[in-house]
Amino acid sequence: MTFAEKVLASYAGEKETAPGQIVTVHPDHLLTHDNTAAIIQKIPDELQQYGIASLDLPVIVIDHVVPAASEKTALNHKNIREFVNKHDIKHFYDVGEGICHQVVVEKGLALPGKILLGSDSHTCSYGGVGAFSSGIDRTEAAALMLTGQTWLKVPQSIKITLENTLPAGVSAKDLILHIIGDISASGATYCSVEYHGSVDKLSVDDRFTIANMGVEMGAKNSVFFVDDVTNRYLSSIGIKENAYSPVYADEDATYDQKLNYDLSKVVPMIAKPHTVDNTTTAQSVQDIDIQQCLIGTCTNGRLSDLNVAADIVKGKTVDANVRLLILPASRTILKEALNRGIIQTLVDAGAMILPPGCGPCLGAHQGVLSPGERCLSTANRNFKGRMGSKDAEIYLASPATVAASALMGHITDPREVMN
Amino acid sequence: MTVWKYGDDINTDMLFPGKYTYTCSTPEEIKPHLLEDLDASFAENVKEGDIIFAGKNFGCGSSREQPVVGLKSVGIKAVIAKSFARIFYRAAINQGLLLIESAEAVNAYSKGDKVIIDADKGIIIVGDETFHFPQLPPEIIAIQQAGGLLPYVRKTLKKQK
Repeated sequence: MTFAEKVLASYAGEKETAPGQIVTVHPDHLLTHDNTAAIIQKIPDELQQYGIASLDLPVIVIDHVVPAASEKTALNHKNIREFVNKHDIKHFYDVGEGICHQVVVEKGLALPGKILLGSDSHTCSYGGVGAFSSGIDRTEAAALMLTGQTWLKVPQSIKITLENTLPAGVSAKDLILHIIGDISASGATYCSVEYHGSVDKLSVDDRFTIANMGVEMGAKNSVFFVDDVTNRYLSSIGIKENAYSPVYADEDATYDQKLNYDLSKVVPMIAKPHTVDNTTTAQSVQDIDIQQCLIGTCTNGRLSDLNVAADIVKGKTVDANVRLLILPASRTILKEALNRGIIQTLVDAGAMILPPGCGPCLGAHQGVLSPGERCLSTANRNFKGRMGSKDAEIYLASPATVAASALMGHITDPREVMN
Repeated sequence: MTVWKYGDDINTDMLFPGKYTYTCSTPEEIKPHLLEDLDASFAENVKEGDIIFAGKNFGCGSSREQPVVGLKSVGIKAVIAKSFARIFYRAAINQGLLLIESAEAVNAYSKGDKVIIDADKGIIIVGDETFHFPQLPPEIIAIQQAGGLLPYVRKTLKKQK
């Protein structure tokens, strides 16, 4: 069996499952964020009558418009806090704690072999530590809150085998953009994507970046199998090895597709507007000028991402025509970046530091684009209108590429400015 | 009845821009922004019973459900596409919006063709051609027959009590 077949079989109480089969599962956690208020507003009477299925189930993180950008968003946050207090929600993280997908992982809620569902498409990120996780809509989140269970169709699986190691200046972001460019934005639709081969050189940060973008090729979930890298990471956040049971695909599992990528051949990549699979090399679009650069988000707002950016801009100044925004993925990351002088370096170079959250990535607030502007971002989506005006353009790249480009004022292959 | 035709990779930002996600939730709030950045004429002219044809990967992107809630509430009879993104597909089941995956029907349509859908029989007629689409699994039909996921869950909870 594949990873997905095994996890779903175990949660459904079946010996085995096959693609296409529909199973009922009780996920370990249900993630909701700023949309929590809209979710509970669907079921006020039912919550009163039946209560929440299990108090360990919901994980609520306020992160999408933080701190509140308007009276309406402030009221939304207030409604969520009232719900949390009324029902004694166990796993609640208020404004400032960070982006939900980073917080879920940092707090040890996403563990190997577990099932997490969330009313956010990037819930697929937790495959970075060997969990089965996937996005759902608000209505399903409401139903789950009441019943604690839902149906899932067992997906077909795609096996991606990685060979060799990434060259200097090339990152996990470049790799996933390369893969999505290759198989298209719908290349893994409804599928579970498993990463095999030489993954040991990919840190947990790298794995999150890759798993996070699984949904950008249509995947239901993406997964990296637990190894020493995972165990060391989980141990660093206080999770002991006996607290989780890793699930591995069988050697003889059946895959819908098998793909191989040679990491040593990957170069800095760019996704051009307005789809994530509209990719090219950074080198081929070097003349394109930019007005805003964004480093952060749930895709690339981790310590290693900020560190790479700081190394590149150290002692230099961001181009006069560029606004460089830094969006750390969590308070923990922000604190560590402060301790290590990373934030000092970035600010010295002319960057602005935003509070941990999602704001500019979805055009909610902080760094909204005007018509005719162009942004180079480490986020996961470059859809038309996503960061504000529909007449603005979003290009996606790695933290190194965005940092190098911020210095030059136009898209730049980071290997040209790295020492 | 109007048939609206769009291309590949119509994402949820095009169907309903992200900037309104945390300020608009009701059908009335959603409607003026439906397809705002894709087709400014849609929200104004869409009518009960209209149909949407689209290419592959319709509804990709965010898990926000306003696109589905919006399309259902303005009376879209069905979205017929070459393929759908999975969260959008689930959201449509949960709201009772009919989605039909049929690349053949999409390819067959030309402007002005009459389109007839018989969901029970699993048939779409485009012009003078007939296409069949498969029935959904019984677990999903049960949700649809209840009128969507929440009515289904309410029924189940009541039974358990």
